[in-house]
Amino acid sequence: MDLPVISNTAPASGGGCSSSGCGTAPDALSHLPDHIRAKVQDHPCYSEEAHHYFARMHVAVAPACNIQCNYCNRKYDCANESRPGVVSELLHPDQAIKKVLAVAATIPQMTVLGIAGPGDPLANPERTFETFRQLSEKAPDIKLCVSTNGLNLPKYVDEIAKHNIDHVTITINCLDPEVGAKIYPWIYWENKRIRGVEAAAILIAQQQRGLEMLVERGILVKVNSVMIPGVNDEHLKEVSRAVKAKGAFLHNVMPLIAEAEHGTYYGIMAQRSPSTEELQAIQDECAGDMAMMRHCRQCRADAVGLLGEDRGAEFTLDKLDAMEIDYDSAMARRKEVHDAIIDQLEARRALPAAPAAPATALDSSAPLPAPLPEDSRPVLMAVATAGQGLINQHFGHAREFLVYEASPAGVRFISHRKTELYCVGGDTCGDEGQDGVSADSILDRTIAALAGCEVVLCSKIGFEPWGLLEQAGIQPNGEHAMEAIETAVMAVYRELAEAGKLATPAPDQKRA
Amino acid sequence: MALSITEACVNCWACVDVCPNTAIHESDPVFAIDSDKCTECLAEFPEAQCAAICPIECAIVDELGTPLNPLGSLTGIPVEKLQELLAVATRGQPAST
Ligand code: SF4
Ligand code: SF4
Ligand code: SF4
Repeated sequence: MDLPVISNTAPASGGGCSSSGCGTAPDALSHLPDHIRAKVQDHPCYSEEAHHYFARMHVAVAPACNIQCNYCNRKYDCANESRPGVVSELLHPDQAIKKVLAVAATIPQMTVLGIAGPGDPLANPERTFETFRQLSEKAPDIKLCVSTNGLNLPKYVDEIAKHNIDHVTITINCLDPEVGAKIYPWIYWENKRIRGVEAAAILIAQQQRGLEMLVERGILVKVNSVMIPGVNDEHLKEVSRAVKAKGAFLHNVMPLIAEAEHGTYYGIMAQRSPSTEELQAIQDECAGDMAMMRHCRQCRADAVGLLGEDRGAEFTLDKLDAMEIDYDSAMARRKEVHDAIIDQLEARRALPAAPAAPATALDSSAPLPAPLPEDSRPVLMAVATAGQGLINQHFGHAREFLVYEASPAGVRFISHRKTELYCVGGDTCGDEGQDGVSADSILDRTIAALAGCEVVLCSKIGFEPWGLLEQAGIQPNGEHAMEAIETAVMAVYRELAEAGKLATPAPDQKRA
Repeated sequence: MALSITEACVNCWACVDVCPNTAIHESDPVFAIDSDKCTECLAEFPEAQCAAICPIECAIVDELGTPLNPLGSLTGIPVEKLQELLAVATRGQPAST
């Protein structure tokens, strides 16, 4: 299968309209062939627009792993799929099914169940496939997906095909065994522990073979990569080209998160993480080759809810026992809600790219009322949002910001940036700091996380952060509360243009 | 002849699935090996399977208490560094052990 080149990146530098992203593409996915788009358009993890509307959940039924990654400490969840340092509630398949059915009845936007850990799902084939088998029986409307390090993938491709799992994520960090040996110290293979370059060569071969076999069977494959500066950062461009040539439909480059307190090899050896700018640069380069998934949140292995939120605490085992659920009416209700959302998304996609159209479609590049000077420089803006595509979150409550780039070609989504990379699990973090971290230094980190952005849009912001942001060269803006993100970003961009601020290079930012 | 599991175990189930003699079971606080069933894999495989997949150093030991995967053998973190961290941990300060 040969995919067309897809890109969600309108070229940022001058010149206005260029080959892609010019007024025609509300979302990167609309470039995909229909049968693939149909599969992914309401998948919250894959579609940038769907993730505002649909919910997903993961169940942690797969504790074992068969390799070691240098960014992973097996006391915690698989770091390929979640943020490091996170522990999920391990469930037996029967418990997992109970939980999924309860969540799907309570949150009718639920469309996707994933198994991503806390170890490698395919190193736990019985627990993983038992969960899928029971769920296909009891809630056939829920989509299934699974992620893997790839080592056991060729062995289980047919089993995957049987369970009608149409989305598989493989974490592929390298093609070169020499690079791999710096990432993976060992694998468990054919009843032996194998180390070094030999181990990496086997793992890489299995990953590539698995990718090919999935594509041959028409199963969608997303590739994740962890960007490790000095180890595989440059190499990832080659990875991106290769996996695209083999038919992967999305490539998601995630930053290494290495902290000594996680007890990982990279953490203890002080391997540094990429800066947000470095990450974005690599994402941009790889995007030239294929669609990037910039909104991935690196969820926990037991995450529940819309992306970026986690309602897992509402569905712990003891609470599940107390819930009474009518499964059939829950499924009927889901169908209504799903259909309504799909209609809404379809309506947005159908918006004509006429000059009068407001830029409400996600990733829109709707033409502007009066043309901006073509050489206006692109500007990055951060947005605090709680979902629905609106600017509807208080600055102080935002745990992550969506970063958009405005340019004469339009507004495009670039990435999300977390403010509390270092906290252990989203649900324990209060606003006033924890683990001895004061609110002040959280604010410092937030400002550091926003490096490169010139404006931050939110529904409201306190007096003190306002001042600190200004000092750091980031203009806070609360004037567009409850407006659609793209419209507001473009409006602010126009104000900057009219104030003559876009002809000059970006002002130097003071680092927090 | 049997291996056993120490408190370093993180209850990851990996060994349970690969044991040819179903000798390993869930237990509190860590998994346990049934010494009547464990053959140390001598008849079955060149390596004890539990120890070949276990990701945690010092979690599986032989009858003399010698770890099959000693400190520093699985992660590549230098032993001195690990000992440093262990020392800090036993002094009751936050560390990653
Ligand atoms: S595959 Fe996942 S669980 Fe296994 S070592 Fe790597 S990050 Fe950890
Ligand atoms: S040594 Fe072999 S038989 Fe004994 S517990 Fe480990 S895997 Fe099972
Ligand atoms: S593989 Fe090691 S850490 Fe995992 S359960 Fe077995 S003994 Fe414990």
